[in-house]
Amino acid sequence: MEVVVILIFFSLIIAAGFLIAFILALRNGQFDDLVTPSMRMLFDNKKNGESKIKKTGEF
Amino acid sequence: MAIETFEYDNKIVRNFGVATLVWGIVGMSYGLLAAFQLFLPELNLGIAQTTFSRIRPIHTNAVIFAFVGNGIFMGVYYSLQRLCKARMFSDTLSKIHFWGWQAIIVAAAFTLSHGFTAGKEYAELEWPIDIAITIIWVIFGWNMFGTIIKRRERHMYVAIWFYIATFVTVALLHLVNSFELPVTLLKSYPVYAGVQDALVQWWYGHNAVAFFLTTPYLGLMYYYLPKAANRPIFSYRLSIVHFWSLIFIYIWAGPHHLLYTSLPDWAQSLGTVFSLMLLAPSWGGMLNGLLTLRGAWDRVRDDPVLKFMVVAVTAYGMSTFEGPMLALKSVNAISHYTDWTIAHVHVGALGWNGFLTFGVLYWLIPRLYSTKLYSKKLAEYHFWIGFLGIIGYALPLYFAGITQSLMWKQFTPEGFLQYPNFLETVLQIVPMYLIRACSGTLFLSGALLGVYNLFKTAKQGTAIDNEKAEAPALEKNIVSDSPPKYKHRILERKPVLFLILVLIAVAIGGIIEIIPTYLIKSNVPTISNVKPYSPLELEGRDIYVAEGCYNCHSQMIRPFRSETERYGEFSKSGEFVYDHPFQWGSKRTGPDLHRIGGKYPDAWHYNHMINPSLMSPGSIMPPYPWLAEKTVDFEVTPAKIRAMQKLGVPYPKGFDQLAVEDMHRQADKIVAELKEAGISVDPKSQLIAMIAYLQRMGTDIKPKAETIVEGASE
Repeated sequence: MEVVVILIFFSLIIAAGFLIAFILALRNGQFDDLVTPSMRMLFDNKKNGESKIKKTGEF
Repeated sequence: MAIETFEYDNKIVRNFGVATLVWGIVGMSYGLLAAFQLFLPELNLGIAQTTFSRIRPIHTNAVIFAFVGNGIFMGVYYSLQRLCKARMFSDTLSKIHFWGWQAIIVAAAFTLSHGFTAGKEYAELEWPIDIAITIIWVIFGWNMFGTIIKRRERHMYVAIWFYIATFVTVALLHLVNSFELPVTLLKSYPVYAGVQDALVQWWYGHNAVAFFLTTPYLGLMYYYLPKAANRPIFSYRLSIVHFWSLIFIYIWAGPHHLLYTSLPDWAQSLGTVFSLMLLAPSWGGMLNGLLTLRGAWDRVRDDPVLKFMVVAVTAYGMSTFEGPMLALKSVNAISHYTDWTIAHVHVGALGWNGFLTFGVLYWLIPRLYSTKLYSKKLAEYHFWIGFLGIIGYALPLYFAGITQSLMWKQFTPEGFLQYPNFLETVLQIVPMYLIRACSGTLFLSGALLGVYNLFKTAKQGTAIDNEKAEAPALEKNIVSDSPPKYKHRILERKPVLFLILVLIAVAIGGIIEIIPTYLIKSNVPTISNVKPYSPLELEGRDIYVAEGCYNCHSQMIRPFRSETERYGEFSKSGEFVYDHPFQWGSKRTGPDLHRIGGKYPDAWHYNHMINPSLMSPGSIMPPYPWLAEKTVDFEVTPAKIRAMQKLGVPYPKGFDQLAVEDMHRQADKIVAELKEAGISVDPKSQLIAMIAYLQRMGTDIKPKAETIVEGASE
């Protein structure tokens, strides 16, 4: 059953990696705004000439 | 801030879309053929390549890695570009990724149908293809991270997080589970044996469901559902919370596939506890998807895209509720090895993956061709036919699974098995197999309607290979003390973090060197009379693996009275120490084989393999007459013995030179015994090796049993 140790080890590596990613993302301000990202993704800034880019979507 | 103009690569999205459809039809057709063979085994037309045990792995691999796989790439390549406001990092990498993946699929179909298999479910592909998968997967990751790094949108939408988790985890799972020692170009042995191999395999198997069928599709849901509904996701906060909790919990749930087996109890309990915890994040995702449509349910009535997506998300909720329930030991005691598992899987596969894929395709293809969907009505028909197909698939199999399980466990008042003949419990559920196959036909017909509809849509539109877009360049140095331009500096300023990362990197390197020796040492048998297989038995075992017998037969007797009465002494972990790979199986379409050794005479096995219904009238097992015609390659056997020695199997030194002689001796004995029954066979035929293996199985720990007289019940 020694392989359990290896699997736990790899699982912990993945978990630790995700934890680090989470902390880095948190510090980077990825989760500061939990409202606008869900709306922003609805707007694709196609280059049609008339629609000019605004940072947070065009309502 | 300068506005930059660039182009999205739509051609690669389209290619993956076409591949999704093509392989979807192929994979489902294989599934259908397999489903029909469960009550009409002669549908294999007597050909090895079309026999159930070979095409079932083709079906699973095709729908998972070809249909869903290409679906993932299609969805990711479209949404990632838009979410990052950037073209894919490299067109060349995209192309290598696309063609490499298709080549892998073709190679997989060819090798599996010809019996080149590693014998581990959903990881059947042999070592050269495993390496190819690794390379192509890395190329996919390279392309993805390259795009993320050069993005023009600082915030990473939640879908991207799901894509990243998918890439990282699948890479690791694949590497750890595919650790194998090559013998020839298309034959290898996994370094793990027995219980260890089982645990690694189901750690992989479960997480393949988690990180290949679930997380990427949740990412797609978070992009395409809001897009199709044209409303923001119900709660962005919930999406973040449920993402992180889901990926932290999923990885520990694997052992629930091995409840009541020879796996240590504590590992089983760990798997169950984490499986139950999974319910919360899974339903967080489902509710987030469904609640997105609050106040817009009238649109679901009119829009087939939303219909597909709503059923997909609901099916996700149903199967993630059922999963934790099946992971309860008391429920699993009933459900395991039965069709209940198959029903559970298909609610997820047909509903969640299938319908979400079609929903995305119906939304995406008209956009890629700048036109409208050819026929909304056809799409509606597809939806309802497919929906009926899912219901008609799952329900009969629930009945079949529970019925058969209860029959297996039923005792008479006198304390005997009420249904001692396994076949009786199979024949009872054959009508359910018939309904399942018809429902599968419905689902495939729906898919074909979809292909026609999308083909017509493409024809009436014009493909836009490169879609123009513009966005402001990402301003660098938003936070003055951590310039993202030099990512490494973040690390340099955080010595503790840097140290941890280095340790992890070193540990990975170290562990890869340590694993083999470490594992081989642990293969010392805990039961002294468990001996390595003889060369002929080893060859027979390889044929057992190659033919895919594990698709219908388990080799794991659980410690229930109903099983020990039927099959014999329950299986001990120490009996499997030389099994590379383990062959415990996950489904009993036929009876367990772990104690088959010595139960019947050689002639019984011969006749049974040539024509099963001769020995058990009504049997749905396909005949394997080609085993009597094809011969074992005795030249390779010494290499196999040497490989086994490397893996720690204690054959005496120089035994590889004696192997062939030993094989002839054992084969001649079996041939002589068959001759007494009036059967003449080539001693080099595969069937002789197979009989040697079957007669050996499970006999190490039982006293040399007298061979039961022919005609006794199973």
